[in-house]
Amino acid sequence: MKILVAVKRVIDYNVQIRVKDDGSGVVTENVKMSTNPPDDNAIEEAVKIKESGKAKEVVAVSVGEEKAQETVRKALAVGADRGILVKAEGAIEPLAVSKILQKIVEKEKPDLVFMGKQAIDDDCNQTGQMLAALLKWPQATFASKIDVKDKSLEVTREIDEGLETIEVNIPAIVTCDLRLNEPRYASLPNIMKAKKKPIEQLNASDLGVDTKPRIEQIKVEEPPKRKAGIKVASVEELVQKLKNEAKVI
Amino acid sequence: MSVLLISEHNNKELKPFTLNAITAASKINEDVHVLVLGHNSDSVAKSVSEVPNVKKVVHINDTIYENYLAENYTSAIINLSKDYSHIMCSANTFGKNLMPRIAALLDVSQVSDITKVISSDTFLRPIYAGNAFATVKSSDKIKCITIRPTSFDPAPTTGGSAEIQTGEVGDSTNLSKFIKKEEIKSDRPELGTARVVISGGRGMQSGENFKLITAVADKLNAAIGASRAAVDAGYITNDHQVGQTGKVVVPDLYIAVGISGAIQHLAGMKESKVIVAINKDGEAPIFSVADYGLEADLFEALPKFLEELNKLNTIQK
Repeated sequence: MKILVAVKRVIDYNVQIRVKDDGSGVVTENVKMSTNPPDDNAIEEAVKIKESGKAKEVVAVSVGEEKAQETVRKALAVGADRGILVKAEGAIEPLAVSKILQKIVEKEKPDLVFMGKQAIDDDCNQTGQMLAALLKWPQATFASKIDVKDKSLEVTREIDEGLETIEVNIPAIVTCDLRLNEPRYASLPNIMKAKKKPIEQLNASDLGVDTKPRIEQIKVEEPPKRKAGIKVASVEELVQKLKNEAKVI
Repeated sequence: MSVLLISEHNNKELKPFTLNAITAASKINEDVHVLVLGHNSDSVAKSVSEVPNVKKVVHINDTIYENYLAENYTSAIINLSKDYSHIMCSANTFGKNLMPRIAALLDVSQVSDITKVISSDTFLRPIYAGNAFATVKSSDKIKCITIRPTSFDPAPTTGGSAEIQTGEVGDSTNLSKFIKKEEIKSDRPELGTARVVISGGRGMQSGENFKLITAVADKLNAAIGASRAAVDAGYITNDHQVGQTGKVVVPDLYIAVGISGAIQHLAGMKESKVIVAINKDGEAPIFSVADYGLEADLFEALPKFLEELNKLNTIQK
């Protein structure tokens, strides 16, 4: 079995983002970038399945600018066998990413495609489901447990009401939740080894995918600031304030 | 053209967030049609028809819709799509799972999680965990949109009498199969719609200690929330998680107990009307969004808080 894992390079989850003064977006220059957190879970799960003997190869793929190579390299350092970088400039909408991934899937013929359930930059939560639709494959979204069977996967999904278990035929798309596993850190020897693993580079335009945005971003602004609150000295004062000032209890 | 809104239900009752989505849909076009895909779901179709903002109900009943599987839902919706300018549903786990599958097949770039309708093609949506808001304009012929339910009021549920039309059953895929749902039943208000929410974080130290939260929640008729750290640590189940990848809540009163306030948690609660933070670390970022901050040991403060609430003559429910 072969598993393709899609990873995205995003602003690190610990960075307090800043909106550009001209409203054209957020500042990305000189800002720490990392792998989208649930994509780390996707890689970890694929590597674990390989380690259990149920998969033979894990391929990491990213779509984005040249620097997204670092994100692919990090996946290689935690156990992916080889990488693919599809270069594309500017903002690429999930629809275009899923069309690019469709081309990669047609070429690589993986049995499973894993990725994070949501990217923490645009918060779209679309790519996995879109790819599943384009390939006419089943989708198991928001996965917190994956059980690999002969010709199917049994997946536990985190939903608003609690947990849901579904079975999907292989080939399938799985989008991973943060609770799926605990991603490992790359060891120094493995980081060194990853430098020797191959990363194939392609251009989105060579794949015949139109990446022109369909959605125009008119402006980006900061959310309204909350008025500064106060510190109360005691529980009694807190209850009095809630009762008589805020009038919420 | 009209708006097609996909309802969420359990074949017996409509899920409340569909009502918020109906409000959002009617801000785009008054001709809102609601699709009910289900099995033995007549009561759902009937209750939707009584929502005054709804002009037509399209009801499709078949065993393939008994459990909600996006693979089976999609084809029926694609078949209907040509008559509509917008296809919408709520941006909860139901809609997040479903809408992109529809959008991709229609070759549409979806607009996710909108918090405001500016015009029929322009919307406001949060990005970066709500640390920025983007105004976006869709150029696709059909617009596929998911709405953030807590940003719109629920539509009234009585007084309407929309026509119920039977729609055509779509293809069944056999790609996926429902096995089971572990739904956590509770008598408390739902987290997404509760007037008061009290949440615990890593500072609670154990699942057992959540009983301190439960006691206050009982008194205030509040829903119980949690930070991701508390859910990851196994103190409480995932359906309680508030934040960027959990639920977004906007109660009148949000009480954060032992929660430091990572930006991912703030994304799920900072629109609440009044925020209280109880934390022994005076430097915790949660205090920067709190209207009332109490720097104290929660294990002393929570029992005391309950004691003080018990002294009040009346408490709003």
